[in-house]
Amino acid sequence: MSRGTLFDKVWDLHTVGTLSSGQTQLFIGLHLIHEVTSPQAFAMLREKGLKVIYPQRTVATVDHIVPTENQARPFVDRLAEEMMQALENNCQEFGIRFCNIGSGNQGIVHVIAPEQGLTQPGMTVACGDSHTSTHGAFGAIAFGIGTSQVRDVLASQTLALSKLKVRKIEVNGSLAPGVYAKDVILHIIRKLGVKGGVGYAYEYAGSTFAAMNMEERMTVCNMSIEGGARCGYVNPDATTYEYLKGRDFAPSGADWDRAVAWWESIKSDRDAEYDDIVTFDAAEIEPTVTWGITPGQGIGVTQSIPRPESLPESEKAIAIEAYKYMDLTPGKPLQGTPIDVCFIGSCTNGRLSDLREAAKFAAGKHVAEGVKAFVVPGSERVKKAAEAEGLDRIFEAAGFEWREAGCSMCLAMNPDKLQGSQISASSSNRNFKGRQGSSTGRTLLMSPAMVVAAAIAGKVADVRQFLSSN
Amino acid sequence: MNQIKTVSGRGIPLQGNDIDTDRIIPARFLRCVTFDGLGKSAFIDDRAQENGQHPFDLPQFQGANILVVNNNFGCGSSREHAPQALAKWGIQGIVGESFAEIFFGNCLAMGIPCVTLEPEAIDQLQQRLLENPQAPTTLDLEKMTVSCGDWKKDLSLAEGPRKMLLGGTWDTVGQLSENIDRIRATASNLPYINWSTPARAS
Repeated sequence: MSRGTLFDKVWDLHTVGTLSSGQTQLFIGLHLIHEVTSPQAFAMLREKGLKVIYPQRTVATVDHIVPTENQARPFVDRLAEEMMQALENNCQEFGIRFCNIGSGNQGIVHVIAPEQGLTQPGMTVACGDSHTSTHGAFGAIAFGIGTSQVRDVLASQTLALSKLKVRKIEVNGSLAPGVYAKDVILHIIRKLGVKGGVGYAYEYAGSTFAAMNMEERMTVCNMSIEGGARCGYVNPDATTYEYLKGRDFAPSGADWDRAVAWWESIKSDRDAEYDDIVTFDAAEIEPTVTWGITPGQGIGVTQSIPRPESLPESEKAIAIEAYKYMDLTPGKPLQGTPIDVCFIGSCTNGRLSDLREAAKFAAGKHVAEGVKAFVVPGSERVKKAAEAEGLDRIFEAAGFEWREAGCSMCLAMNPDKLQGSQISASSSNRNFKGRQGSSTGRTLLMSPAMVVAAAIAGKVADVRQFLSSN
Repeated sequence: MNQIKTVSGRGIPLQGNDIDTDRIIPARFLRCVTFDGLGKSAFIDDRAQENGQHPFDLPQFQGANILVVNNNFGCGSSREHAPQALAKWGIQGIVGESFAEIFFGNCLAMGIPCVTLEPEAIDQLQQRLLENPQAPTTLDLEKMTVSCGDWKKDLSLAEGPRKMLLGGTWDTVGQLSENIDRIRATASNLPYINWSTPARAS
């Protein structure tokens, strides 16, 4: 059993008590809600005559259904409009702050909370969305919950949970040029498997994560759930504090010094004990691309799609299903596979530094003929900041469309969808069958820079071949 | 208190590892403000691609209430719409090799037990159901067994969730709301409670 880790300390501090089932009643410091998984929770509250106990500890935004082109109300999609109205009414009725479209604060829930300084070290964070693990980048214990649990948090600001084990994932060394945080997490998931993290919280440690900025750490923590781990975190450090200082909801004045002292105290101890430790060498990580229908089915861009006989017995059936669905041939390289659509955005890679890096490769180039390419900033603030730097003009000059903020084609609940069996190069987090809006659509996950390389080449390309020219 | 001690009826085998929540209910069906009506959309894309041969479409499995799955079932999104869609279709209990964590928790919060068996036992159970879809199948949380006709195996379920199902405390909101004073006491000991109030206007 783990001892002295950040996870243990934060868990203990937030423990209200032990329930009759033996589970822990855990206090939730920050609750984030959005339009998809909250309306039924509010309906359950009304049905039971319950109130929201700490309305000031819940923040709402709208992201999944947001159209990225025409945002005029009512939305063209009647169902999306109905969800939007339900959220507006629920926030008003229960006194919850809503970061609505046009407020300057709207965006993907996992982009807006960090950028407003809502997410802080030592907190527990819950949201009805599995990518809540993102917030672990700050040294928070953050995890996705279902709608009944959204109801529980609204009504009691607590959850009934069983404690997780803690696995330390240590990556050491510098990443080679053209290799990004996205490649690191795709590599980890590929090596540990999509269910390797079930029952664990992942602590990301080592010099590679220490050298990452906060947005890179968010990319890594974001995809913890794709490796089966409900939450993943990085211990807070000077990089964390530097990012937080001066943000809207960050502590200020005398509180700031008290906060830093407390944040330092909740870091994993030097002699902390872990349930498991895994180590990787950053030098072994290549730009990584998925070829299949789970985020664990990835390879280095110079490698070939694995042959079934090279795979462990437990992975063969899903690989065979993937070859068929993806219409890709085992033993063949993935590089050179023609691409139809390129998507840059999502809670994984829709932040300012992602767009800056992508723009470096797009500058002075052009999207290949026949490829549809678009950029969806993660939030209204990201969009504004990117425009202030002229990133929108770089993308548009290169043939990318520049859109409004939202989840967009990561899961295609809005009008942005693949058509038929189109294949996308996507900076998002899931390559599941049908994920991007067409039941036969195909997704290749990769870093934003690799998406730009694919857009320019019109096919899967190694971003390192574009390095010298920028 | 809605105690769940057994689930009895008929089984439906669904083979495959890593069946994610996007497959159980594709995102376009999440455009709704209630869970009503999700049952008909369970596995809708898989069903379309299998042209009537998907277990959820086969006549012999209509009316089944115990789903038998393989490894890492329910991975991906936290959407409770996935277990809700299965429940609305008629599923009341799930037997598998392993489950994704959020999916397991969502099922528990709905009173749907997710129990595990060894891979060989799952293969045997799926095979039996394919051969004899009418075999009476029972998931017994008191005796901790899964049976199908004259076939029986010991199941695994963590003690906490088992107690919640047997004791009827799986509907957590009541129990969680009881301890208001302790909740407030815990909150008041957290240093950040005072320096960060999310609702403070920016």
